[in-house]
Amino acid sequence: MRALLDTRLLPALAVALIVIALPWFFPSMYYYRIGALVFIFALAVVGLNLLMGFAGQVSLGHAGFLGIGAYAVAIGPTHLGMPSWLSLLAGAAVSGFVAFLVGRPILRLKGHYLAVATLGFGLLIAIVFTNEAGWTGGPDGMSVPRLVLFGWAVKGSDTWYWISGGTCVVGFLLALNLMHSPTGRALQAIHDSEVAAQVLGIDVASKKLAIFIVSAMYASVAGSYLALFNGHVTPEVAGFLRSIELVAMVVLGGMGSIVGSLVGAVVLVVLPQALTMFHEYEQALLGLIVMVFMIFLRRGIVPSLALLVARPRK
Amino acid sequence: MIVLQTDRLAISFGGVRAIDGVSLSIAAGQVFSIIGPNGSGKTTLFNLVSGLYTPNAGSIELAGETVTHLAPDQLARRGLSRTFQNLQIFSRMSVLENVMVGRHRHERTGILADLLHWPTVPRQNKATREAALIALDRVGLSDSADRAAGSLAYGALKRLEIARALASEPKVLLLDEPAAGCNPVETEDIDRLIRSLVVDGITVVLVEHDMRLVMNISDRVHVLQSGRTLTEGTPEEVRSNPAVIEAYLGVHGSQEAGRALD
Repeated sequence: MRALLDTRLLPALAVALIVIALPWFFPSMYYYRIGALVFIFALAVVGLNLLMGFAGQVSLGHAGFLGIGAYAVAIGPTHLGMPSWLSLLAGAAVSGFVAFLVGRPILRLKGHYLAVATLGFGLLIAIVFTNEAGWTGGPDGMSVPRLVLFGWAVKGSDTWYWISGGTCVVGFLLALNLMHSPTGRALQAIHDSEVAAQVLGIDVASKKLAIFIVSAMYASVAGSYLALFNGHVTPEVAGFLRSIELVAMVVLGGMGSIVGSLVGAVVLVVLPQALTMFHEYEQALLGLIVMVFMIFLRRGIVPSLALLVARPRK
Repeated sequence: MIVLQTDRLAISFGGVRAIDGVSLSIAAGQVFSIIGPNGSGKTTLFNLVSGLYTPNAGSIELAGETVTHLAPDQLARRGLSRTFQNLQIFSRMSVLENVMVGRHRHERTGILADLLHWPTVPRQNKATREAALIALDRVGLSDSADRAAGSLAYGALKRLEIARALASEPKVLLLDEPAAGCNPVETEDIDRLIRSLVVDGITVVLVEHDMRLVMNISDRVHVLQSGRTLTEGTPEEVRSNPAVIEAYLGVHGSQEAGRALD
């Protein structure tokens, strides 16, 4: 019983409660759609947060893995006759393998150099999806067959809401497990001082690579969900703007904060929808709001608010 | 038994020979100090021995095994640990977590088990936490276990680094200026701590500017000047060596000092 009440898992429990409680307040099916998108992005963001906020390694090309996952569930069933669920798993495996291949040379770089190298990687993936038109439909993209589970075709925003919400909770659980483990401590140590981590026996290169692979697989699964949910995929899913959006969600919600990953996804998925009433000013307002958030909550929304609660006044 | 040995070790940076043919031979269970004026290459020598730099020439042996080109983490797994002159604290983590990282080489879980919180992980965490608490207790920091490491005072951070290195259960421990910036009481604590390490069979290699501390606890003292060995001997031998006095004070200074003593 005490293990269940372990504070370690509280954030995942909170997210689970949110997933369950939220639909009570949904006036229409449209809100399930927004909810599903939030959870899908939160899944990718928590994976990226493990890499960025936790191990301190930036990636400006993470949408590349989102794209691999998305195209896996498009290409697998269409061209290879693989069921969608198997294509999803294959996509995650391919993403992990690609991360393994590019991670070794790339993760030796630090700071801005790593940022530019990962950026290049993301662009490369997007170009492959655009140019290999025979497989991917080129710039116009291709349609994605419906997910079929146990002979039942998954459709409807509400169903996707539950699937993505459930997966998001599992993703959060795994991330929390990792944070409270030997690997998690080693990653945090790498973030603060690589030399100190090294002289304590931590193989820095292989730990970085491991978390890069894990975070790539998170993004890949999220990408597959996104494609299955939308029923269509274009190279934009792997584009530079998507990568930036993911990074913005991590930083906005809070680097190293698991709950922050959800909050970051909520803000950047829900706000654009809420701001559509402002028509042409929508983008400008979104930018302004994000700026204000960062100016006043500079550690990201969740860590900054947590600090405020811990020290109400001075 | 010789536990750590370097043979004609050398490294240059941009044409400057920072370490130039230094041979050390350190017996197990000793306190072996390396002293020398600023810029004589003491920290560079530590960086070579701990694998952070790769030497241009010469070799390093740890417990009879040649380890010249091994990475720092491989050396750590063979029982070599160190602290840093400019502190390298994991400032985002708690004091206890810092020391828990020191247990890394004794932890046996993989990333898959860690993600799934396999039953071995909580067991491992518990064992790590207990060992870390013991190491913290040794340096007198158990009361601060749950504090953010970044919030500790300078002297406490010095001891935290030692605790973290101790948690890895090293055979050889390199201490880079553990008493720098410490007040006399804190220096006294460091002195006592180093002596207790030797009792436990840990070989301590010390770089330190506090001569009282060095002369008090060292078995051997190795003097560097401009990257070369000036002399080596017992604290008494080194203290009375005119070349050492000259190295520290300069020819002119040593003559002045000599006159002052007459």
